[in-house]
Amino acid sequence: MTTTPVLPPALADIVDDFQALDEPERLQLLLEFSRSLPPLPERLTDHPELLEQVVECQTPLFLTVETEKHDDGDVIRLFFKAPPEAPTTRGFAGVLHEGLDGLPATDILAIPDDMPDLLGLTRAITPLRMRGMSAMLGRIKRKVAAAGRASAG
Amino acid sequence: MPIAAETNKKFAAYAHPDRLVSTHWLADALAAGAAADGSLVLVESDEDVLLYETGHIPGAVKIDWHTDLNDEVTRDYVDGPAFAQLAAAKGISRDSTVVIYGDKSNWWAAYALWVFTLFGHEDVRLLDGGRDKWIAEGRDVTTKSTKVEPAEYPVVERSDAPIRAFKDDVLAHLGNPLIDVRSPEEYSGQRTHMPAYPQEGAMRGGHIPTAASIPWGRAAAQDGTYRSRDELEALYLDEAGLKPGDDVVAYCRIGERSSHTWFALKYLLGFDTVRNYDGSWTEWGNAVRVPIAKGSERGDLPTAR
Repeated sequence: MTTTPVLPPALADIVDDFQALDEPERLQLLLEFSRSLPPLPERLTDHPELLEQVVECQTPLFLTVETEKHDDGDVIRLFFKAPPEAPTTRGFAGVLHEGLDGLPATDILAIPDDMPDLLGLTRAITPLRMRGMSAMLGRIKRKVAAAGRASAG
Repeated sequence: MPIAAETNKKFAAYAHPDRLVSTHWLADALAAGAAADGSLVLVESDEDVLLYETGHIPGAVKIDWHTDLNDEVTRDYVDGPAFAQLAAAKGISRDSTVVIYGDKSNWWAAYALWVFTLFGHEDVRLLDGGRDKWIAEGRDVTTKSTKVEPAEYPVVERSDAPIRAFKDDVLAHLGNPLIDVRSPEEYSGQRTHMPAYPQEGAMRGGHIPTAASIPWGRAAAQDGTYRSRDELEALYLDEAGLKPGDDVVAYCRIGERSSHTWFALKYLLGFDTVRNYDGSWTEWGNAVRVPIAKGSERGDLPTAR
């Protein structure tokens, strides 16, 4: 059994959910995540320039991160935009949203880069398509790191 | 028992109108129960592996270009036994009329059709306009999974030579017409991959010398249907300079976009000898010492050395 001690609890739960299923059911679960991806708040839909495209994804995916101030420490909020005709991309975005939204930056930066492989989807959706998800996570981590540097400076 | 081909004015002008069906024709055929009695098998083939699950034409089965049609290990298509197993599992027998449709103007559907043709499946057609047109017309889609009655499909070995070109074939073909269906930026060498597809990149940018640049999407109209015969002739005869009877090779990046062009040249304009070079730029642009032309001009053939 793979142990994944560094994953934040919400993401660890998602990984466990995927691993408990067989391949066709994993695809179904990814489809459910694609449906549960929340829409952008209005202030972002009106300002597409605030979003950044992840060019490594086969279909247009835009994302941005924001730092939310709290008395007990800042957290990162994630925002994604992907078209409904790209359910695989939306599904990945949904997983990352549910697993990472609202966490402190240090937790997000500690997530291993190969986390997407833990979902057990590589065979069902092919390594080519998995690279899109790794790219999405990589982009989030880079943006979180950059936001941290900006606020420290 | 083959299902009668569609006749309409637009299709009648094509060289092989029996290779296309319209959304209207399909809706009638489905209503008449053609899919229910197994004489027609409707196949959806998309770029996104989950798109079918979000809603598909009632009765359609899914074939994924990557997981179903490509060999898992070698860069090649599945072999005869694997194809027979796939077809049988999808309810397709050797004499089924197979109608394929998909997203992005049938980009992947044309690719699947080309692979079916490698196995000599006789009656395989494209739904003109594909998934988007069907949906735009407000026709039925469902998320209900299709119950498939497994069929029997013989093991047929692939016959690559007539419609598939390998790198050595292309080297031997130089001097004959080539169509490069990638974007102008990929053709000129400004980019080594399609916008947003860097994972399919290459070491070198440019195109195969003398290839004409006709991006694949120009063969499709706004609604995803193929352009009329006159429009296609303007594109490939007048602009690209093909002459009737030419031996043509089309290529792109991995052979999917060029399947769309291959279909237009082969079945709509009636070129007998058209091959799709599926190694395409991801092979050519990484190969050692093959000739490459840069820029928007077609370039000259290399002189022997």
